[in-house]
Order: sequence, then structure tokens, then C-alpha cells
Amino acid sequence: MSLYKYSFWEVFKHTFSAEVWDKVLPSIGETLYMVVVSAVFVLIFGVILGLILVMSGKEGLLPCRWLHAILGAFVNCFRSLPQVIIIIVMLPVARAIIGKSYGQNACILSLVASSVPFFARLVESSLLEIEKGKIEAAKAMGTGDFRILFSVMLRESFPSLVRAYTNAIVIIISMTALAGSFGAGGIGFVAVTFGFTRYQHDLLFATIIVLVIIVQAVQFTGDSISKMILKKRHLI
Amino acid sequence: MSEFAIEVKDLHKTFRDDKKSVEVLKGISFSVGKGEIFGIVGFSGAGKSTLVRCMNRLEEPDSGEVIINGKQIIGLKRQELNQERRKIGMIFQQFNLFDSMDVYHNIAFPLKPLHMSKAEMNIRIDEILELVGLTDKKFAYPGELSGGQKQRVGIARALANNPEILLCDEATSALDLQTTISILDLLMEINKKLDLTIILITHELEVIKYACDRVAVMENGEFREEGTIQEVFTNPQCTTARNFIQVFNRFRDGNKEDAK
Repeated sequence: MSLYKYSFWEVFKHTFSAEVWDKVLPSIGETLYMVVVSAVFVLIFGVILGLILVMSGKEGLLPCRWLHAILGAFVNCFRSLPQVIIIIVMLPVARAIIGKSYGQNACILSLVASSVPFFARLVESSLLEIEKGKIEAAKAMGTGDFRILFSVMLRESFPSLVRAYTNAIVIIISMTALAGSFGAGGIGFVAVTFGFTRYQHDLLFATIIVLVIIVQAVQFTGDSISKMILKKRHLI
Repeated sequence: MSEFAIEVKDLHKTFRDDKKSVEVLKGISFSVGKGEIFGIVGFSGAGKSTLVRCMNRLEEPDSGEVIINGKQIIGLKRQELNQERRKIGMIFQQFNLFDSMDVYHNIAFPLKPLHMSKAEMNIRIDEILELVGLTDKKFAYPGELSGGQKQRVGIARALANNPEILLCDEATSALDLQTTISILDLLMEINKKLDLTIILITHELEVIKYACDRVAVMENGEFREEGTIQEVFTNPQCTTARNFIQVFNRFRDGNKEDAK
């Protein structure tokens, strides 16, 4: 149903009809698949990249100027590109790695390429917020670098890392919708093909409702976990 | 083996950045006997924190020697340095406890590399908690503790490994008077009980007078004067020490009589 023919109220009511949700429901699964798989990769590579950035920094545990400079430049390059451009840039890469430049797995590649540098910077800033004194105390006790990294830095900044990861997931979700219009399927695809091209605004409304609910759920979960940890540590 | 627990010889340190360089330690030498409480007092910026941080190489000195229990600390490789650091406890002004761990795990932290069994570790931690008087806070998080209690945990953590030396970097400066006294009492008690050598850095002369055997007065990266508490307090030789004591007495006696 189009807003050009029917009143807002009629379109809105039709948003909740079975006909609409038959088309929308399968796309939710596709979107969740892309988000979950990307989120796992982003977590792994983002934390590793963030850790290396912090470790190799000037005040880090193992300062290494050239590595820090190269990684920093690499991250900035990716961060300076809008998501649409990253998707286009990653098309040939996807063809080389996965065999085709469309579909969900190709989309996951662009999602990861775009979100890892972003999340790595968030990890970096979380880790840099730890009071230097705590790291010094660990050093003064004769603690090795890797133990400081894992038992002190990651652990102390855990609530902040959870928040950062929540942000990253929300960004990934918004980006899947964009990638949908490049043949990745999912909610974005439904919104663009039906909602935009065919003026089926009831479907468009349905995708909006789904996206809002997913993002709210993610944000709520992230906030709750982070709060729970802070409460346990008696920091709030 | 020398009779000194700590010997520092001709320690130099200059902080440099692109624009300027500041010489913070200008050839400091001193020695501390075993079981002694040695105070270093100075106004802020005198270089006392840098000095104590050079002793376990949290700060890398430019030249000089630090000999702790007969072992040269300067020039040690990372691994050996970490081994030696385990025998040098350190406590801080801001306590620097790990907020993510309860008291038990904070104290267990330096014990982990020793590969103790769980039971042994538990016994050791109970022992230490009793020493610092925090038995009932074993599973509390630092976030639940008062400043004084946090510093007790700091002391417990520093002592867990049975060090022979304890470095205190402004350990009481963030505490109120009453808590300061109780922490100093605790330090003096463990000094006697464990024959622990203590280096106490502070800008508060009261702390030195209360707890230390000997004191050095530091200014501008140099020791201006060094001696027993008795010597320095009754017959200060340098202007810095005299200044310090004057301020100290004035604060103690009050300002009101001057007005009369």
C-alpha cells in the first residue's frame, strides 16, 4: 500500500497484516545472520587491532613506532571512507575471496572491513582510559607484559569495552540495511525494493519497526551487561 | 653481601622532550640499613617520586647504581628485573588497586606466578589479611572500601610475596590525619615484625617525624641534608630543612599567638 493512494492510518494498519510480514520475516533472519557473523569477526579483529595499537603506542607496554604509525594510518584510511564506498571497494575483493561479489557473505566482508577499524579505535580509547597507576602497580609487582594486558587492562576496562562493542553492533546493523541495497538481501533489501521502488510503504514501515526493535534490544542488552559489571564492582 | 639493604649511588635522571630538558635527579647517593625506616621529604617537584620510581625502575635512570640486597638493579634484563621486582613491594598515593578484583584476588595477583596451590594461597592471604586487619573484607571489592582500607589492601598486596623492601610513594597523602596515623602504625608494626626495610616518600614532615628512623631532605633533585630524626629536627643544617621545620612548628603551635 502506498502513501500516495491511501491515508497514513490505513497504510499503518496494513503494516501489521500477515501479507506484509510474510515478506519481512525471512529478511529478518538474513539480517541477523549477517549481523551476528560480522559481529563475531569484528570482535576478534577489532580487539586484536585495538590491543596492538595500544601496546605499540608511545606510552604502551611495547612501544614500536613504525608499527603504530602504519596501523594508525591503515585504520584512518578505512575510517575516512563512507560505508557506501567501502562496500563498492570491497566488491572485487569479495569476488576474489568468496567467488561472487553479491550475497550475504560478500556483504559480511564489507561490514567487517568497515567496522573493524571503527571498533579498534573504540577499544583503543577504552584501554587508554585505564589509570596509569594500575598498570604501574602491576609492573612494580614484576608482572609480565601479557599478563598486564589480559589480567589488568582488558579486565579493568571490560565495562567500557562492552559499551564500545554495543556501539559497534548498532553501526553494523545500520550498515547491513545499506548493504541490502547492493544485493545482500535482508531488511535493507526489502526496504529499498518494496518500500522505495514499488511504493509499498506498509512494508517500509514494517522494516522500520523491525530495525528499531533490534537496535533497542542490542543497546539495552549492552547497557545492562555493562551496568551489571559496574554494580558488581561497586563502581556505581 | 653488604650490610645495607639499599644502596643508591650517584643517580641521575633528566626528563627530556622536544623543547626542554629538566634534570630531576642530580647525582643522588644514600644507603639504608636493613630494617630501617628511611624517610625522604621534600616539597612537590623536588624529585622524590622520581627517585623512588627509579629504585624499581618504573622510571629508567640515566646513570648511577641501585643496589638492593646486594643485587644491582640497573642494567638487569626484563625477566631478571621482574624477578627482583617481586622482592620489592610498593604502595601508592592513589592505592592503584584493581577495581575488577575483590580483595582476595588483588592480594593473589602477585602470588599467581609462584604456582602455589589454591589452599596454600588461601592460607597466605588469610595470614596477610590478619596482619593488615582486614579479615572481614576478604571478598569485598575496592569500590566498597574507604581510603584507609584501600591502602591496607595495597600494603597487603605489596607484602604478599614476602618482600624485604617496601617503597611508599606518598602512601598517606590522600588520607585524613586519623587514617594516616593508623597506616603509619601499621607500617611501623610490620617493619618490626617482618624486619622490613621501608622507604617513605612524603611531603608531610609530621609523617617523617612520626614514623622514620632517618630522614633525607630533598630539593631540586638533590639531598640537602641527611641524618637521624633527632639530628635534623633539633639542628637542621640547610635552609630547606629549616624552612620545613619552621612551617611544621608554626602549624603545630598555631598562628594565633603571633597576632598577640
